[in-house]
Amino acid sequence: MHTALLLEMASDAAPDRIILGEMEAGISYAELAARARGGAAWLSTQPGETVVYLGLNSPHLPVAVFAAGLAGKPFAPINYRLSDEELRRLVARTAPSVAIVDEDMLPRVQGVDGVQLIGSGAFQAICEDAEHRAAELPFVDPDIGILLFTSGTTGEPKAAVLRHRNLTSYVISSVEFLCADDDQASLVSVPPYHIAGVSAILTGIYSGRRIVHMPAFTPEGWVDLAAKEKISHAMVVPTMLGRILDVVESRGEKLPHLKALSYGGGRMPQIVIERALKLLPHVDFVNAYGLTETSSTIAILGPDDHRTAIRSTDPKLRRRLGSVGRPLPTLELEIRGPAGEVLGPGQAGEIFVRGDQVSGEYLSKKVIRDDGWFPTNDGGWMDEEGYLYVEGRLDDVIVRGGENMSPGEIEDVLRAHPNVADVAVLGIPDNEWGEKVCAVVVSRAGECSIDELAALVKERLRSSKTPELWVFRDALPYNDTGKLLRRVLKAELTKPADELASA
Amino acid sequence: MKPGSRWKSAVCDTEVVVVRPPSSALEIECGGHPMVAAGTSPPAGLSLSPEFSAGTKAGKRYSDDESGLELLCTKAGQGSLSIGGRAIGEKEAKALPSSD
Repeated sequence: MHTALLLEMASDAAPDRIILGEMEAGISYAELAARARGGAAWLSTQPGETVVYLGLNSPHLPVAVFAAGLAGKPFAPINYRLSDEELRRLVARTAPSVAIVDEDMLPRVQGVDGVQLIGSGAFQAICEDAEHRAAELPFVDPDIGILLFTSGTTGEPKAAVLRHRNLTSYVISSVEFLCADDDQASLVSVPPYHIAGVSAILTGIYSGRRIVHMPAFTPEGWVDLAAKEKISHAMVVPTMLGRILDVVESRGEKLPHLKALSYGGGRMPQIVIERALKLLPHVDFVNAYGLTETSSTIAILGPDDHRTAIRSTDPKLRRRLGSVGRPLPTLELEIRGPAGEVLGPGQAGEIFVRGDQVSGEYLSKKVIRDDGWFPTNDGGWMDEEGYLYVEGRLDDVIVRGGENMSPGEIEDVLRAHPNVADVAVLGIPDNEWGEKVCAVVVSRAGECSIDELAALVKERLRSSKTPELWVFRDALPYNDTGKLLRRVLKAELTKPADELASA
Repeated sequence: MKPGSRWKSAVCDTEVVVVRPPSSALEIECGGHPMVAAGTSPPAGLSLSPEFSAGTKAGKRYSDDESGLELLCTKAGQGSLSIGGRAIGEKEAKALPSSD
């Protein structure tokens, strides 16, 4: 099934409903469909085989997504925050391609071999042109819908392949068609090159919930726009939520229209979600766990799970706030050990997933197995009731003397200390234990006592999980979508030993 | 009957797309008559059978346990869906909270 059919269905059923942009000057389904057809008519006559998008969030983005789809060309949104050199190297990999580029970014990618450039404004003019809109489109057999470059936290970005059938399978199995009321709107602040940015467009179109794009995230801007546009739904990455809460708290803003806030794209510190539940008690919080290679969400911790956990004093229920919930009913999910054996409740291993939405494929290689199972390279375990706990990338799990430890669990404990502003825990090679636990701490005003922090971990977890190495920094390295760059930290910490304070 | 292939009713506005193909070849009917591949014209002179006139709803999925066939209705119509005269029911879908 082609993703363009999602738009066709909606524009057939509700042509006049405003689906994109602001309340006052929004774009209807019929207009979006007409623009996409106009863009597709032009794109299908261009030599480029892939449609690159280099630009900020705007209503132009969904138009370009559907135009590329109707023209039968993969859509490849690119990270504009890369350095010029990285950007040009990545864009060169898409050749032969046609690139839709925000006018102010054009000079950055001029003159790349096999890449034809068109400004975003010029492309919109084409989409609005009557002749292009009326042109007959060639029949296309849907194949690759989206090419997404992974964030490359572990090396050179890989191009993940998402086929139309993966994407539509995710949408039709997780969203009810036109389920949103006329007055609902969702705020999209994740960038176009993030899987959540792509899936927000597809599920937004199918649900009928007006999509309001935020060009570039700032917490003040987010709160302003949410109030002005009466935003009912939004998705944020964990770092965004923490900063939004700071603004909400300092302004005393209540966000009365906000009904649901989902979060994902990285581990949510428990202290942040607890604060969110306290500050915004009327909001339904949803933790969505997914990967680029799975066309977005594969497990959900729902609003009721959040409320039950926050009210409970039972540690088993309480810790569910650190869980990503249960797998979607349309998927199979297993935890497997090193020899490929399926593990039971409470046992940690690698998360495997199978289902129609799972692509598990890159342009360079297929990772998905012949039987459809995809090894996610994420470590995790499930409790007796099927709640999934993600420990992070397998390479990040610390193995000390044969014991597996999740950095996130230790980070949560340390972050609860009033003097800790931010913290990263990682494994450093050690001759005796294989790895030893190291904590990199950003302290708030004043001194942080190592003894006090160590005692906290010992008390809440156990002594083997207590960091043996403590490092203090002014800030931690993150990429622009809020993923901690552990690789960078680890490389720095395994170099000079003499500057580090050993506990 | 390939996944993703599109079919339309010979007697009403209903259109469907194949989500999951059947285990063996079969003909889907709507309004009591075989559906035709999208883009082709249906035979003339057919009319909606009252027995199969409960209607289809856009965005609903219809599935048949016996053949494994699953369809998504992409355009609503007056007819209802069947295979060899056996009605196909709406698939129960559990609503999930919005995650995007």
